[in-house]
Amino acid sequence: MSTIQTLIDATATGSVYALMAVGIGLVFGVLRLVNFAYGQLVMAGAYALALTNDLNPAVSILVCFAVVIGLTMTLDLVAFRPLRRASPATMLVATFAISFLLQSIATLKLGVLGKTVGTLTGLNGPIGHGTLIVRWIWLVAIVVAAVTLALLLLLLNRTSLGLHMRAAATDFRTARLLGIRANAVISLAVLLSGVLAAVVAIVMTVETSYVTADYALRDTIIVLVGVVVGGIDRLWSATLGGFAIGFAKGALDGFLPSTGSWPFTSGVYLDSAIFALVILVLLVRPDGLFVRRRQRAVERV
Amino acid sequence: MTRANAVALLGPVALLGLVGLVGSFMTVSRALEFTNALVFAAIVVALYVFVGNSGVLSFGQIGFFIVGAYAAGEMTVPADVKQSVLPQVFSIIRDHTLGNAGSLALAAAIGALYALLVGIPLMRLSGLAAGIATFAVLEITQNIVRNWEKIGPGPLTLSTVPETTELWQATVGASAVACGAFMYQRSAFGRKLRAAREDPFAAQAAGIDIHRQRLWAFVLSGALSGFAGGLFVHYQGTINVQDVFLDFTFLSLAMLVVGGVGSLWGAVVGALLVSGLDSFLSDAENDSVSWFHAPDGTRLVVVAAFMAVVVVFLPRGLTGGRELSLPSLLRRRHASPQAAGTPRR
Repeated sequence: MSTIQTLIDATATGSVYALMAVGIGLVFGVLRLVNFAYGQLVMAGAYALALTNDLNPAVSILVCFAVVIGLTMTLDLVAFRPLRRASPATMLVATFAISFLLQSIATLKLGVLGKTVGTLTGLNGPIGHGTLIVRWIWLVAIVVAAVTLALLLLLLNRTSLGLHMRAAATDFRTARLLGIRANAVISLAVLLSGVLAAVVAIVMTVETSYVTADYALRDTIIVLVGVVVGGIDRLWSATLGGFAIGFAKGALDGFLPSTGSWPFTSGVYLDSAIFALVILVLLVRPDGLFVRRRQRAVERV
Repeated sequence: MTRANAVALLGPVALLGLVGLVGSFMTVSRALEFTNALVFAAIVVALYVFVGNSGVLSFGQIGFFIVGAYAAGEMTVPADVKQSVLPQVFSIIRDHTLGNAGSLALAAAIGALYALLVGIPLMRLSGLAAGIATFAVLEITQNIVRNWEKIGPGPLTLSTVPETTELWQATVGASAVACGAFMYQRSAFGRKLRAAREDPFAAQAAGIDIHRQRLWAFVLSGALSGFAGGLFVHYQGTINVQDVFLDFTFLSLAMLVVGGVGSLWGAVVGALLVSGLDSFLSDAENDSVSWFHAPDGTRLVVVAAFMAVVVVFLPRGLTGGRELSLPSLLRRRHASPQAAGTPRR
């Protein structure tokens, strides 16, 4: 495989991960919540698409949005609100338990064998007939990730609604004292992350159409890692982090030699290579690769 | 030892002993479930030693657990079988064999050494960065164990490990881990680390070296995790790194959080309760409970729902992060406010 093709593939993986990172970063920014269950939202959307294969794609996509948004708002009501002041570790375990619960319900109701999504398969085709393969869906992923990030940054930094969101995120009680409907703006942010999860489900199922109960689980974990490595306190650095880890994964996959003796035996040590990089970056820049200033020497957990 | 201290130590140990005692009156298959719960108690308490005392989330302990389990397992596979089970490993592993106790000691030593190596650079981190970095350690550990055939069976299941963790060994082992955890948290080291957890700035101002205190806890926790891994592999008789990876990691973390991260009592109660519920429901699915039948798949859903409900509505866990104490049992209203943990903003 040529170098350029490897770089293109890496960019494609990176842009899908960036799209996931936007949703995860948004919820973290507003709720201080590491949402481990994000992958299960994507899984629900993917199942919604797979179960409505026979319908018109437009209807199918609408159903996907409805299911994911409904599930997101339910989670917000029953889980995220009561947890608002819990410690990050507690929240992480809570969202893990929820993700485990959603997975087991999916296995129980929809079976161990997966289902295949047939919506929008046309987008998986290559552009043109050259030797370099660029799939339409990759362009879609890049454009969607860039546009949503830009829109969200505008919303957060340039509108009064965004100001309210940031205020509620910084100090919930004081924001309410100042007349901000903190619960409402936080719910709005969670809703937006749900919309993004539905978009991720649609984009991901085009390339990976086989849906099982642990769909997108592995990707969520890697994106969560990437988001922290990038710098979880800012939306743009979190997104860049998601992109960076996807890109690193794709590039290492292409460049690691496939023959030779340990430690250079092909891609089986790919995960080790990526996570070793993660540790290195965290040691050098604990607040995030793309964050410039060092905020606190010791953080309250 | 004051009376409060005695209760706080004897409570968890007595509970572990009770589980062992009740298990000894059960049928063989039921007794296995009691053994399982006790082994889980050992790993959860090992996790608690670091996570509970330092307040820093860590996934690394499961990595030390895996390494301990493989070390203890590989060294106890009978010499004549080992040539065929592990043909490619380093000769030092292939040509030596240890007994049950020796392998447990080795597991603890390797866990401690690994934790020391990892902890020296990583303990400088805190918060989410520490959580993610230790998660990376877990990922690397499982990736290498699964693929490097010089140190183990690679992706295959390691079998023919002697099943020496009987009910009594699990009881004694889990109690020993609990005693180690208790002695640590009452020592000067433990108190310094807990002070740093409550207020890092005040602790630093009082001259506590947070990095060093965290490292001690990490190493002790690594030793106990490795030891728990040894108990585990001798309980199961087989091990595959796939089975002790993500689900296992989160299950043990969830047991800790369900019981209450802040106390030894919480760690023991959480582990015993969740694994008890898990075993009971899987029996009910298999029709081995006479008065209750559960449809297939109930177990996973109910266990996950139970964990979610406890964590969401009791973020401090079932025990509220307190040690067991007589006054709080006898006179609930006068429970001291400090015991409830840090006042938060």
